[in-house]
Amino acid sequence: MLNYFFRRLGGAIPTLFIIIAGTFFMMRLAPGGPFARERVVPPEVEANLMKAYHLDEPLWQQFVRYLSGLVQGDFGPSFKYKDFTVADLIFGGFPVSLQLGGIAIVLALVIGITLGIWAALRQNSWVDYATMSVSMVGIAVPNFVIAPVLTLVLGLQLSLLPVGGWGKPGNYVLPIIALCLPQIAAIARLTRASMIEVLSSNFVRTARAKGLRESITITRHAIRAAILPVISYLGPAIANIITGSVVVEQIFSIPGIGRYFVQGSLNRDYTLVMGVTVFYGGLIILCNLIADLLYGILDPKVRYD
Amino acid sequence: MAVTNLTIDGAPEVQGRSLWADARNRFFRNKAAVTSLIVFTIIVVACFVAPFLGLRAPDYINWNLSSWSAPDLQTGYLLGTDGNSRDLFVRTLYGGQISLLVGFTATLVSLVIGVVWGASAGFLGGKVDGFMMRIVDILYSIPFIFFVIMLTVVFGRNIVLIYVAIGAVSWLDMARIVRGQTISIRRKEFIEAAEASGVSKWRIITRHIIPNTLGPVVVYVTLTVPNVILTESFISFLGMGTQEPGSSWGQLVSDAAVVMEIAPWAIIGTGAFLAITLLCLNFIGDGMRDAFDPKDR
Repeated sequence: MLNYFFRRLGGAIPTLFIIIAGTFFMMRLAPGGPFARERVVPPEVEANLMKAYHLDEPLWQQFVRYLSGLVQGDFGPSFKYKDFTVADLIFGGFPVSLQLGGIAIVLALVIGITLGIWAALRQNSWVDYATMSVSMVGIAVPNFVIAPVLTLVLGLQLSLLPVGGWGKPGNYVLPIIALCLPQIAAIARLTRASMIEVLSSNFVRTARAKGLRESITITRHAIRAAILPVISYLGPAIANIITGSVVVEQIFSIPGIGRYFVQGSLNRDYTLVMGVTVFYGGLIILCNLIADLLYGILDPKVRYD
Repeated sequence: MAVTNLTIDGAPEVQGRSLWADARNRFFRNKAAVTSLIVFTIIVVACFVAPFLGLRAPDYINWNLSSWSAPDLQTGYLLGTDGNSRDLFVRTLYGGQISLLVGFTATLVSLVIGVVWGASAGFLGGKVDGFMMRIVDILYSIPFIFFVIMLTVVFGRNIVLIYVAIGAVSWLDMARIVRGQTISIRRKEFIEAAEASGVSKWRIITRHIIPNTLGPVVVYVTLTVPNVILTESFISFLGMGTQEPGSSWGQLVSDAAVVMEIAPWAIIGTGAFLAITLLCLNFIGDGMRDAFDPKDR
């Protein structure tokens, strides 16, 4: 088990390194420096600016500097928000994004798995068709269409909920719905498909044959096997929620990391964009690692050799 | 099973049904998929023949109308006007051209890379396979939308770049699927026969392996197109994709979202075009999957 964990970790480190290197060199090879768009400054001032941000050093030296900074949790200074470091912005926004994403993923799992199992147990009934049609809509309609429409109906027409801002419980509702709806849909479809397969498998037949009650057959035997595909979908689901949070935070003006990323991209704030990409890249790798381990614990067929 | 003619021996000659004919039959029995195919075709045709229908030009500004004016059937402004008093319906059709083109082009890019990569890895096997799929695994855990956005930050907002960038990052699933298929057929007799008669590896891959993996590939292509359109809209919505005057659907939705309090029809109209197209493509993709792989039903 521990061996397996370290092997997976050994695979994750090169991935992280590639993300960092790719991000870094892409940003530095870009035409036009980070100060290109501002008004023209005297050459001496520009030289000083370049020196202050170490942009006058050779590329590899800058890379080593950036890497050694990262190891110490230092993402460098923000080019646009002069009073903040990128780490300030990321760790300031992260609790907000984490709350939002965490609640969304938990809700998506609970509701999605429940709906999927329900639909599978009533296969080809109206429950099944209704769940699957709605989930198709959830998958197909992008969250940046769902979010404004929800705002329009619940926030503006019915005045039930606040349409932006952060801090009060009411502020959580719309962003979380917009964020977790596509994932509920995806998880429900996945669960349904695998549950249908599991219900016709040999071990379920054996459980039924030995006279186990249907409720116990399902809760103790079928569900455990049926949620395995959901566990392996956990990695992509978290990545999708992180991506979705970028646009949801933007729409509802939530002060999370995603919003900084968008602002940084529009402002060409190189270090901020790099920092967020690296941070979220690392987070996604970590989540994939956890999902892999969880899969190993739940699936008796996986061996750690 | 159609009996075509009787041979002299009296044994009926049976018309064979290919995998493709079978799949086609199953697909056309699927009502949701067929309806979606029809609706999708209408949308595609409407978007691409719009320039020849004598509609208003997408950049024509009607100075008599205010910005974001309401839909009016009499004057023919089906979705009202946009922020610059241009016909929003016409702009939605023209925006559709961009969104759909991105969808198809990027899917084509991902198709070519994914099929060649997957087939090579699966056929060559061993260390090469391990190495190639390791690369796919690594790329898989990269938050690629951040990379696409970063590309637009670095190289400026360029529509061709978006085509290529999205295509270049969405071939991973395709490569995995094709590899799996390839591994399952590479030990078959006809491949062995080709090897025995001295056909080169590259030629075996292109002539024998790839044509036999097409079923799942076609299914996956129909599911990649909506994903790509979604990604492009996502980037455009954030203001980093297409630029005026050529606005994609994502851009139009983004513009309309700002004014939805005063002009709710704008976001509902443009959003509906995007949503219906994506919904249709997903239903078509699902229908294809059921058609090619009936055991999954």
